[in-house]
Amino acid sequence: MTTPRRTPLHAAQQQCHARFMDFHGWELPVQYRGIIAEHLAVRSDAGLFDVSHMGELWVEGAGAAAALQGLLTNDLGRLQVGGVQYTLLCNEAGGTIDDLTVLRPADSAYLLCVNAANTAVDWAWLREHLPEGVAARDASEETALLALQGPRAEALLQPLVAADLTRLRRFHCLETGALGIATLLSRTGYTGEDGFELFLPADSAVLVWDALLETGVRPCGLGARDTLRIEAGFPLHGHELDPRTSPIEAGLKRFVSFDCGPFIGRAALARQAAEGAPRRRIGLRLASRAVARTGYAILRQGLPVGQVTSGAFSPTLQSSIAMGYVESRVAAAGNELAVEIRGKPILAQARPLPFYHAPRA
Amino acid sequence: MEFPADLKYSAEHEWARVQNGEATVGITDFAQDELGDVVYVELPAVGSEVAAEATFGVVESVKAVSDLYAPVSGTVVRINEALQEKPELVNTSPYGEGWMIVVRMSRPEELEQLLSVEEYREQIGAKEG
Repeated sequence: MTTPRRTPLHAAQQQCHARFMDFHGWELPVQYRGIIAEHLAVRSDAGLFDVSHMGELWVEGAGAAAALQGLLTNDLGRLQVGGVQYTLLCNEAGGTIDDLTVLRPADSAYLLCVNAANTAVDWAWLREHLPEGVAARDASEETALLALQGPRAEALLQPLVAADLTRLRRFHCLETGALGIATLLSRTGYTGEDGFELFLPADSAVLVWDALLETGVRPCGLGARDTLRIEAGFPLHGHELDPRTSPIEAGLKRFVSFDCGPFIGRAALARQAAEGAPRRRIGLRLASRAVARTGYAILRQGLPVGQVTSGAFSPTLQSSIAMGYVESRVAAAGNELAVEIRGKPILAQARPLPFYHAPRA
Repeated sequence: MEFPADLKYSAEHEWARVQNGEATVGITDFAQDELGDVVYVELPAVGSEVAAEATFGVVESVKAVSDLYAPVSGTVVRINEALQEKPELVNTSPYGEGWMIVVRMSRPEELEQLLSVEEYREQIGAKEG
């Protein structure tokens, strides 16, 4: 048995009565006071997540953009200095090695923020495929990542940071000071709300964590992070995405650019985009409160047509929702499907994603 | 955490309150706390038979799905319909409004197999008081 990995905020989280769970070898808080209360806090107020387990891979230098474009599906040419872009890392077959955000805080500095469970795989892939002379650095160990999410995030964060947050637009980033600590601040998140992600030196993250908690913001765990992202229709690698699932099937075609030059997987994805994928990711809203859990069968007129990849009771919609893959012929929104829960087919309507849109401020 | 002294407890974290040959059944404060927010409770139909130590339903929290085990055998004479719309009652009032079923006991001697509050506290490692 290996020792679980912990973030720099582990002790601070224990003080907040965190309950911990294993997440791909990490010991991380699943909840503090309760998943639903945390979920609702993010939707109506704000919540603070420690996501320091995520990986941070820097690619820098003159050849960085061209080299990265050879690996990523989205058009990196459209990523301005100070911008953030959601993109995917695919294998030759068009399967998804990882999904990630790329931050471009400076002209030739690119930060890939990747899933914790994939950091090692992504890093090995970069090392293998980036040409010599392109500098790459795995900064995951020395970087902490806090996510402050919710409609009050800007108001709560502003007093702690030097930058004027009203001028930082969604999917943009800048380098600033938080309590005087060098911070890469990004207006992004994984909850469907407005919010910020703060990349911090691991050894000073606890100062920012404590200062944010002092504003009254509620600490939130991975449980709420999961229910929030399901409502927002965001895929989670290992559930909606994996090396055998393409961004086309996942409904992420808008993050795949066929005009930006060759990248690994492009031929397979172009073929699939032209021919149509045999299966598609859909949303489901169930007629029962029972939770459609990962791996449950999706049925059409009693016959299996796919599988649930994530499901939750939605605290916002007060109903059971899920995502999954079904044969494309039955994927149209509005279709009456069913999820087999403990041997019984439970009515489930195919729904467009996301389930939840944040109200515009 | 609260464990009323007048209840009988099962090793699987159900409780039974016995009155006039009927046992009201729910899950303990410890169980609801371990589960976290309860979002769905599946109960048997009134009139169905349940057997001691066999499953009689399911409770789902955000995190997990767990079987419910009957502490005694008998016929289900009432179920808590309120849990359909308000499953969170299991969290907020595990021994009160969060009750689940009432069983007319067919083998009352099974009560002898259940745990006292002291024995249950010992099992879960809870401190007195």
